[in-house]
Amino acid sequence: MFKIVRRQEMSGGTVILNEIEAPLIAKKARPGQFVILKANEDGERIPLTMADTDPAKGTITIIYMVVGKSTALFRDLQVGDSYQDVIGPLGKATHLEKVGKVICVGGGTGVAVLHPITRALKEIGNDVTCIIGARTKDLLILEDEMRRASHDLRVCTDDGSYGHHGFVTQVMQEILDAGGVKLVVAIGPVPMMKAVSNITKNYEVPTMVSLNPIMVDGTGMCGGCRVTIGGETKFACVDGPEFDGHKVDYDELILRLRAYQEEERESHDHYCRIRDAR
Amino acid sequence: MADIGEKAQKNPRVPMPEQDPKVRARNFLEVPTGYTMKMAQEEASRCLQCKKPGCVSGCPVGVDIPGFIDLIAQGDMSGAIRNLWRKNSLPAVCGRVCPQEIQCEGQCIVGKKGQPVAIGNLERFCADYEREHGTGELPPKQPATGKKVAVVGSGPSGLTVAGDLIVKGHDVTIFEAFHKPGGVLVYGIPEFRLPKSIVAQEVNFLARLGVKVECNAVVGRTVSLDELFAEGYEAIYVGVGAGLPKFMNLPGENLVGILSANEYLTRANLMKAYQYPDVDTPIPHGKNVVVLGAGNVAMDSARTAMRLGAETVKIVYRRSREEMPARAAEIHHAEEEGIEMCLLTNPTRYLGNDKGRLTGMECLRMELGEPDSSGRRRPIPIKGSEYQIDCDLCIVAVGSGANPLLTSETSDMQLNKWGYIITDPQTGKTTKKGVWAGGDIVTGAATVILAMGAGRQAADSIHNYLTLGW
Ligand SMILES: Cc1cc2nc3c(=O)[nH]c(=O)nc-3n(C[C@H](O)[C@H](O)[C@H](O)COP(=O)(O)OP(=O)(O)OC[C@H]3O[C@@H](n4cnc5c(N)ncnc54)[C@H](O)[C@@H]3O)c2cc1C
Ligand SMILES: Cc1cc2nc3c(=O)[nH]c(=O)nc-3n(C[C@H](O)[C@H](O)[C@H](O)COP(=O)(O)OP(=O)(O)OC[C@H]3O[C@@H](n4cnc5c(N)ncnc54)[C@H](O)[C@@H]3O)c2cc1C
Ligand code: SF4
Ligand code: FES
Repeated sequence: MFKIVRRQEMSGGTVILNEIEAPLIAKKARPGQFVILKANEDGERIPLTMADTDPAKGTITIIYMVVGKSTALFRDLQVGDSYQDVIGPLGKATHLEKVGKVICVGGGTGVAVLHPITRALKEIGNDVTCIIGARTKDLLILEDEMRRASHDLRVCTDDGSYGHHGFVTQVMQEILDAGGVKLVVAIGPVPMMKAVSNITKNYEVPTMVSLNPIMVDGTGMCGGCRVTIGGETKFACVDGPEFDGHKVDYDELILRLRAYQEEERESHDHYCRIRDAR
Repeated sequence: MADIGEKAQKNPRVPMPEQDPKVRARNFLEVPTGYTMKMAQEEASRCLQCKKPGCVSGCPVGVDIPGFIDLIAQGDMSGAIRNLWRKNSLPAVCGRVCPQEIQCEGQCIVGKKGQPVAIGNLERFCADYEREHGTGELPPKQPATGKKVAVVGSGPSGLTVAGDLIVKGHDVTIFEAFHKPGGVLVYGIPEFRLPKSIVAQEVNFLARLGVKVECNAVVGRTVSLDELFAEGYEAIYVGVGAGLPKFMNLPGENLVGILSANEYLTRANLMKAYQYPDVDTPIPHGKNVVVLGAGNVAMDSARTAMRLGAETVKIVYRRSREEMPARAAEIHHAEEEGIEMCLLTNPTRYLGNDKGRLTGMECLRMELGEPDSSGRRRPIPIKGSEYQIDCDLCIVAVGSGANPLLTSETSDMQLNKWGYIITDPQTGKTTKKGVWAGGDIVTGAATVILAMGAGRQAADSIHNYLTLGW
């Protein structure tokens, strides 16, 4: 059992932070790696990236958006409650290198995934500019943390309620135009990563993205997480989750993420009915 | 020999009671319901108690088959199960899943003139009888040696090693990547063929003997072999199976609706997705399902799809019926349940719609040519025979390979060119000191009994190493 020792709501309760006791994983985890969590006996195995780890305390931190049944079930867990299973650290760690000027672009809960990577890139001596975006001000997460993790933070909202009015890609393009950028790291909704990659391709700036296909085991044993990278099939859970953004077949990923749409809706409604009946 | 023939003809094999095919094709309950005591004794009486029994030489672990059958005939069920346990620690599993027709039953003398003695059914009966009526008494354990052993993987080979070494007095911990122990027995083989409560009981038996089971431990990620040594483990057994799904590498393979059998069966069995939405993991429900391959994995996938409500389920296989690698009973059961066999048929590409979903596949008809290196006649395509099969779900069950997750993180352990671990065939020792391996990660996808046999052999060698130093 993996106990929740801290819980925090963000974005008006749509995004939740859990700090969880998992000493073995905390000791081994590196930026970019993820865990798979299962709330109870009949739960689904849900992959979430570690937003932070504290090896001394033996805890890991996850930040997730409530999107469907399983994450709704996670939201019900309070401090003192436990996840039945937490498996990890899974996936390859981020390849960290001192390259000079770096832009980190984050959207939605992708910001949580981006946080430890940004911090690590700064720690090894890169000049890190960070751009984070959300639909509206209330949905923005980790602003203070991202400011600390980078040298310069730019904030965008689609509706102009805070920071730059517009998309993260616009701000990114301005910085790219100024020149000297050696690496872009983009993590967020698939359409955002696709848009970022399309732009950076023109500037010939290497771009790393983190992919989130549907997973089951997370150990390379089922192939459910397959993605096409440069025309080749890869298993995101073991070959990734980070890939060269210029080689990813985003359209295929978007279609594959919809594989269980009907079932998910049915399951979420089923869960809400049961919960409301209680 | 004349009287053997007469006896076999006069006394046909006692048939195994089974759920009606029409009913069972839509439920997940076990298909064969098991012998009664009377049936078991009647079947046991068909055994000739041969002086030179063929059956024993056909059994990969050398079970004293006439011995345990004789004890059933005498009504000594406690003796019968103890006899079985001497060579086979999982008889409830093996009685259900071993390919008896090419092992013990294939060599049975009675089978030369009639139907062989139903050895598998009798083995299963003994184990089930013990589970239902036995005292649950634990075997005696030798005094504690204080030596710590780690077993990586909880499939049949890992479970066997753990069981053998715990009774020899060692301190055994199993590390399993999944959240539940059992390996293929829980994530692969379906409930209707091997009820999960049976596997759970076997694991529980080991736990009562003192084996510790650490789930959610992905060795190579959560902890490495060298870290286990540093923690004081003196010997490690690696039985991680052959968990890497093979695909066909055909155009369109990443369309939604194409799953590896590993994924499909893991969702259905380990995650119990057939109870969705009462459980949280979904599984695709195909109307027209195609399964590629013709082994046990393919039969299990096809029969699962039928139980999940498919209208049609087709096995597509490029060779002929004779080459189908599945157990005879599985093919027979699948056909009874309405699964069609499209033999001598090879898919060439998948077809999809604008939503990226599978709508069908293009196939070629094949004919058999000269034998190939495996001795089987090579299927060759018939020119211009392309045709289309409509389907909305395709399960790829064309084999599995070595999963590199653990081996790629381990130094000094030699692998062969396919990534399987190289071991000494007598002892199961790998080239890394203090590490043994066995089961599918050494042989490639094989059988439960071979994985158990490898486990037993390695356990003996580990015991020698820990107590005698070699
Ligand atoms: C390596 C990895 C790291 C991730 N890290 C984070 C993270 O740090 N924070 C976060 O909020 N989310 C993260 N995700 C996504 C998260 O796993 C899904 O949002 C979650 O599984 C949805 O489950 P659900 O039952 O609540 O929703 P569902 O009802 O199952 O689905 C809702 C939506 O989520 C998508 N989805 C469903 N299952 C998965 C799945 N297993 N993986 C990915 N998407 C899925 C579906 O396409 C659907 O659009 C990550 C995914 C991966 C693969
Ligand atoms: C669907 C299906 C049907 C089958 N039907 C039959 C049949 O009818 N008869 C028959 O004889 N055989 C059958 N087989 C084959 C048989 O099940 C296997 O040969 C046998 O299970 C191999 O045993 P094993 O102990 O080597 O590995 P497995 O049973 O594969 O167990 C390996 C275990 O190790 C775990 N693991 C993997 N990597 C790690 C890691 N890094 N760290 C920790 N744990 C890890 C896995 O999660 C798994 O639990 C079938 C196989 C399948 C898939
Ligand atoms: S070969 Fe057949 S008849 Fe002879 S001992 Fe074995 S099971 Fe009995
Ligand atoms: S999640 Fe199963 S192979 Fe990646």
